[in-house]
Amino acid sequence: MSIAPIVRTVQVKADPARAFDLFTTHFSHWWPKGKTVAKAPHVAIVLEPRPGGAWYERDAEGNETHWGKVLAWEPPSRLLLGWQLTSQWNFDPDFLTEVELTFVPAAGGGTLVTLEHRDLERFGADAARHAESLGGGWPRFLAGFAEYADAQP
Amino acid sequence: MSNASRALDGFAALADPTRRTIFERVAAQPSAVGDLARGLPVSRPAVSQHLKVLKEAGLVSETAEGTRRIYRIDPRGIGAMRDWLDAQWAMALDAFQDFADRQIDEETEK
Repeated sequence: MSIAPIVRTVQVKADPARAFDLFTTHFSHWWPKGKTVAKAPHVAIVLEPRPGGAWYERDAEGNETHWGKVLAWEPPSRLLLGWQLTSQWNFDPDFLTEVELTFVPAAGGGTLVTLEHRDLERFGADAARHAESLGGGWPRFLAGFAEYADAQP
Repeated sequence: MSNASRALDGFAALADPTRRTIFERVAAQPSAVGDLARGLPVSRPAVSQHLKVLKEAGLVSETAEGTRRIYRIDPRGIGAMRDWLDAQWAMALDAFQDFADRQIDEETEK
């Protein structure tokens, strides 16, 4: 079974090169506060600027929690990330879904930034495996999911 | 059923707090209706009704074990997780847009 990828586009005023730089080197500054994986709040979210570079958050004590890695680093137009957080919100080096960012000049100035998160069916396979090993539990997924369901009008 | 409508069903199904409690218990451990009804302030037929809605939303599945029907999480209900992830990315990209535009606005004002 395959699941349709998530595709989202926003338009920003910066040109593609600047938008790429703001997205990557300023990741810590724009990422929503509290929307991180580790229990302790993050002080930094790092995207190492090269193919194979790590993608992780760091708390005030220097503990690092990995999110995934950089698969392709092609400024100013494309960034391909490997999202390696499972349905349990645990980093698993054997698990990977792709998140692709493209930065395309918009008509009349600025940049269209498009995100595509694909291979989502792998979450299903992973959840099924965990469901078996944990006797059916998706605890961390459920916590975020319940929070979101509560926030719906 | 398409994945999109399946995800929406998943959310509608979990909007009810009793139903979400039942779902969480099934998620923690595959269970029979009787086990789920114990400790809940609702009748056993009501629990059965909630399970039916969760099943139709693709969130739980049932299997027969002897005369008992055991309910467990249906991993195909992952469509609901897609919907949730989609909302997270929407929030993240909006935050990026705000941040990036603020940088450019500040530079233009100088």
